[in-house]
Amino acid sequence: MAACIVCEGNIDIPEDTEEGEIIECPECGIELEVVSIDPIELAPAPKEEEDWGE
Amino acid sequence: MKFGILVSYVRFEEKKIFEALQARNIKFDKIYDNEIILDYQRDNTSYDLILDRSISHTRSLQCLKIFNDWGIKTVNNWKVANICGDKSLTTSVLVSKGIPMPHTMIAYSPESALKAIEEMDYPVVLKPAIGSWGRLISKVNDREAAEGLVEHKKTLGTYHHSSFYIQKYIDKPGRDIRVLVIGDKIATAIYRKSSHWLTNASRGATAEAFTVTSEIEELSLKAAEAVGGGILAVDILEDKDKYLVIEINYTPEFKLLHETTGVDIAGMMVDYAMEVAKK
Ligand SMILES: Nc1ncnc2c1ncn2[C@@H]1O[C@H](COP(=O)(O)OP(=O)(O)O)[C@@H](O)[C@H]1O
Ligand SMILES: [Mg+2]
Ligand SMILES: [Zn+2]
Repeated sequence: MAACIVCEGNIDIPEDTEEGEIIECPECGIELEVVSIDPIELAPAPKEEEDWGE
Repeated sequence: MKFGILVSYVRFEEKKIFEALQARNIKFDKIYDNEIILDYQRDNTSYDLILDRSISHTRSLQCLKIFNDWGIKTVNNWKVANICGDKSLTTSVLVSKGIPMPHTMIAYSPESALKAIEEMDYPVVLKPAIGSWGRLISKVNDREAAEGLVEHKKTLGTYHHSSFYIQKYIDKPGRDIRVLVIGDKIATAIYRKSSHWLTNASRGATAEAFTVTSEIEELSLKAAEAVGGGILAVDILEDKDKYLVIEINYTPEFKLLHETTGVDIAGMMVDYAMEVAKK
């Protein structure tokens, strides 16, 4: 469990979550990046850059 | 064997790759491109192979070049990333190797771009040479729209939007074909369907399994080989009875492919990377 940095809602962080995963807050819908696992730390998901892609 | 994966974020694809590595008992490091510091003068890594999954073309290309110069094998290698990350370079390579593509031109000023568009005739598609996910791609149906667009690109875009990559619009049947090539094999392929003319997965296209014909197999393998080979997703349009390649992606997302076909793409990628490492 972690608190959403925007709405303070509860976000369930599954056991197999990795650093660098993008998760969505179920309460407010914002996308967050898991920047650290131990301890859990969340940050706003990054803004898309022009050279990003698949 | 020391295996590294260069990542920006951990998406569905990267998680699947981690799982595939774990299932094969292969030890690996996750190398976050946000955290990495590369000292040109000192090879401070000792990897046998690095698999590139960075989301950024700039970072991918620079890191792959450094790794390759240090003697580290990468999938894909920097030359492939260089060509595939830029639609102008891709087009030049594919056309020179005889791969069919839509008629495509490049021009560097709004005036010459308009001339090229008029010569090609409408509708045309303008794409940023470096870009993905269907972003900033425009279909232009007439001269008025073309005039506005080239002016906007020139005035409001970053400098690379002043390279006007212009392609004939292909009236395709509401879908395109995405073929995933791994080494000298086709891993799997799908149709991507949409009511919108852009059929990118990131634009909400839906997928349908595609049974690879010998013609598509031959075209995809030839196109992948032309840009240097590796793990490559070839985008193909149907133009009546012809097939035209439009681009090749060198760090392909494969969630839609995986969900549609059930093929263990991550496993195939890892096995291929291991083969490259042993070569
Ligand atoms: N010349 C074209 N004619 C018709 N549709 C096109 C053409 N080029 C691209 N498209 C459509 O736009 C999508 C994105 O184009 P693509 O060249 O693959 O760029 P991106 O790198 O953004 O995916 C394609 O999947 C296809 O549906
Ligand atoms: Mg594409
Ligand atoms: Zn929230």
